[in-house]
Amino acid sequence: MTLTTFLRLTAATVVLTAVTSVIMLIPNWNGLQGSAEADDIDTLLDVMIVLSSLVFSVVIVMMVYAIWKYRAKPGDESDGEPIHGNTKLEVIWTTIPTLIVIFAAVYATVVLNDIEAEAADSLRVDVTAQQYAWRFDYPDTGRTSTELHAPSGTQLELHLQSLDVLHSFWVPEWRIKRDLVPGASLDDPAGDQDIDNVVRVTPDVEGTYSVICTELCGFGHSTMRAVAVVESDQQFETWLAEQKDVEGLDGQVGNGAAGGIGAGSLAEGDSGE
Amino acid sequence: MPVALRQAGWTRGLLGAMIGWGFGFGLVVALRAISGLEIFQTEQTGYPHLIVPAVTAPFGFLIGFGAFDYWFRWAAGKPTIPDDHSSHGAYSWKDYFKFNTDHKVIGIQYIVTTFFFFLLGGLLAMVMRAELAQPGTQVVDPQVFNGLFSTHAAFMIFLFIVPIFAGIANYVLPLMIGAPDMAFPRLNALSFWLLPMGGLLFMASYVVPGGAFDAGWTGYAPLSTGAPLGQSFFNLGVQFAGASSIATALNFLVTIVTMRAPGMSFWRMPLLVWANLSTSLLVVGATPFIAGAQFMVLFDRVLGTNFFQAAAGGDVISYQHIFWFYSHPAVYIMMLPGFGIVSEVISTHARKTIFGYRLMALALLGIVVLAFAVWAHHMFVAGMFAWLRVPMMITTLLIAVPTGIKIFSWLGTLFDSKLHIQSTSMLFSLGFIVTFVIGGISGVMLGMIPIDIHVSDTYFIVAHIHFVLFGGSVFTIFAGIYHWFPKMTGRMYDERLGHWHFWLTLVAMLGTFIPMHWIGMDGMPRRVADYAAQFGDWNLIISVFSFILGAAQLIFIYNMIVSWRYGPKAGDNPWRAKTIEWLVSSPPPVFNFDEIPRVVGGPYEFGVHGAKHAILSSDHEGAEVTGPEPAVAGAAGPDSGGSG
Repeated sequence: MTLTTFLRLTAATVVLTAVTSVIMLIPNWNGLQGSAEADDIDTLLDVMIVLSSLVFSVVIVMMVYAIWKYRAKPGDESDGEPIHGNTKLEVIWTTIPTLIVIFAAVYATVVLNDIEAEAADSLRVDVTAQQYAWRFDYPDTGRTSTELHAPSGTQLELHLQSLDVLHSFWVPEWRIKRDLVPGASLDDPAGDQDIDNVVRVTPDVEGTYSVICTELCGFGHSTMRAVAVVESDQQFETWLAEQKDVEGLDGQVGNGAAGGIGAGSLAEGDSGE
Repeated sequence: MPVALRQAGWTRGLLGAMIGWGFGFGLVVALRAISGLEIFQTEQTGYPHLIVPAVTAPFGFLIGFGAFDYWFRWAAGKPTIPDDHSSHGAYSWKDYFKFNTDHKVIGIQYIVTTFFFFLLGGLLAMVMRAELAQPGTQVVDPQVFNGLFSTHAAFMIFLFIVPIFAGIANYVLPLMIGAPDMAFPRLNALSFWLLPMGGLLFMASYVVPGGAFDAGWTGYAPLSTGAPLGQSFFNLGVQFAGASSIATALNFLVTIVTMRAPGMSFWRMPLLVWANLSTSLLVVGATPFIAGAQFMVLFDRVLGTNFFQAAAGGDVISYQHIFWFYSHPAVYIMMLPGFGIVSEVISTHARKTIFGYRLMALALLGIVVLAFAVWAHHMFVAGMFAWLRVPMMITTLLIAVPTGIKIFSWLGTLFDSKLHIQSTSMLFSLGFIVTFVIGGISGVMLGMIPIDIHVSDTYFIVAHIHFVLFGGSVFTIFAGIYHWFPKMTGRMYDERLGHWHFWLTLVAMLGTFIPMHWIGMDGMPRRVADYAAQFGDWNLIISVFSFILGAAQLIFIYNMIVSWRYGPKAGDNPWRAKTIEWLVSSPPPVFNFDEIPRVVGGPYEFGVHGAKHAILSSDHEGAEVTGPEPAVAGAAGPDSGGSG
């Protein structure tokens, strides 16, 4: 391959990378950014889209060029050049991907630390899941609800537990997801089984969202939803004051936090949507 | 006693199955009676009256069918029946339904059987796509839907992709290394016959109380430990498929290490052999873990153990650790043999040696090592101890490096080549590179924890897994079947129909699986029978493409069946390939080689004047012009790819 060909292929790769990147960056893939963490995650995704476009373009340009250039003419029964390899080239295409993935790993670790950083002041919410319903307790005020309400801009410290099988907490606009594991204890987050059941998120766009169960939990899995409302501090306080006391629910929810299979059912009449 | 009942075969096999069933049933009744338990109480005890016979009946069948005859005679000290090799070869279609120890017959048995399960799994997917074409519930209720995607994945993974690669390698690999058969032909036949047992158990789950297993192919505890009876059939079916897989892997390892033709050093092995060596190492190391995980779930269900029951002190998350310690390497078990196939096809149809052969082989071994150190990337949101996430992210991303080496080396092989892209196997190989790169890119994204947190358990995952398993594994399976079809059947397939099959499959595959990325990122979780109305349009498009994808496979079946019967004669070496299987007739003689071939050079010496990979001694001497005899690995010569 001559230098001119090499430069032409490089130019084609750059152009294709640019075009692919631009097209792929236009749509807002993950939807509304409803939390303080969303922006970091979406930026990471955008960077990966550009890097991926580069890798994809290198492959496509090499392949299309080779098919166009080296296609055998009908009846040509001869063989290709006996080239067995090229150490320099092989070192290059081992090293560059290694550097790319190391960069990706470091960058992802930085983002991970950012989105999991603990705020000085946060609101604790205990999330309990059971086939096929959600319950949200606010231990600081002793209130409980089947809807998740949150004051905009405050970090939520969600403590997760499940009363039966695995469930998973996801609000797509918040970009945060974590399984609710039976056996996890609300008050001893580390627990004796090392279950990491505390997840933090800072919703900062007022509106109504869906809490979606994303871990297969039985026939009602696809309808296991709850309403999440992000509102102003004042609206939140008003709403919270109207909710039932956790204590008043004793008969229905079993004996509070520790849970366990068969520890009781969630609030009556709530079976998802 | 009638002859049919004394001779190994179907009559004695079915009788054995009945006796096995009765034995298992009687055992449960007797033990319960002795223990003073209520004899027929079933709901509370996990149905032992069905579970135990579900183990004993398949073994009864295998014993009756003749799978153990030789070993039993040996164990009993009776004179073994001298193996007159009457069970070798297949002379009519009926011979494929016998206990046959010929690796070529077993290879075809594998391919046809696993293809049946491919079609079955595909039909289940069609029903799912019919349900998902519109929001709401139209075709099946959510309970049935959960059973559909669980069995779809179980058939596709355990009974199609993993074993069909074993089938293709079973046929091709002994020929490729110049061996007369596999190292343990009887074990080989037993490995095959274990597979239909697993398939029957999976299928049987549809007719037992509570319906088919519906906790996903992942069978996460405690959903699985508390699921209806069908789940036990999954636990047991996996044991049969897993045992088959492990026995085959051991067979390949011994065959590859001990039975290579004289002159075939490790650095002269074709890459398909390297790939199956690597895969077998993974199977032997990893598959026992899924067997263990499923036994633990079964014991929790039937025996009242507490491995994964949180309320009784069990550890829920440890199921996922054990499960993924197999099931992540399983992804490579389902991909490395395909890498091998693609290397053979690309080298042959580009008329060029593989670029960087040694690095290609080393990349396979690199993947084997890394594959055991990435499992927890499936658990970034599972609530496992947080410290394990970053190390697993790093190893996960590093796997992109050896995988990238393979992609770039295939592309390097295309340069300065004489490319023949009219053969369907080459189209599938080139198509594979494109689709697999897309699947690899989404895989790297999934490896990054912050992105994974958002898209985990969404349709993005469904898109990714189908890009690597359909765009990856299945494309290479088609490439392999088209490539060796002339060798297996002695006839050519219809290339025009092959092109239709390829293009329809490629377009429909992209149309089906690309939009899944989008709806997943936008908020559609996976494994749901119903979804928010906003995803309706995309789901309809996906369903339409998936039906085209399903229909396109009918072209393949028609092509294979008709060509096998009526195709033009293929000749020994229609692709003018260099590896040893093309030196013998198509189909090969019963014992492969009248004389053991001698390997005199690298496997892909295209373009080197007079160079040969192997010679049969009837060939004239003096073909050895490929440079110094590389008896010492690392000696300079045309086959020392890495240093070229």
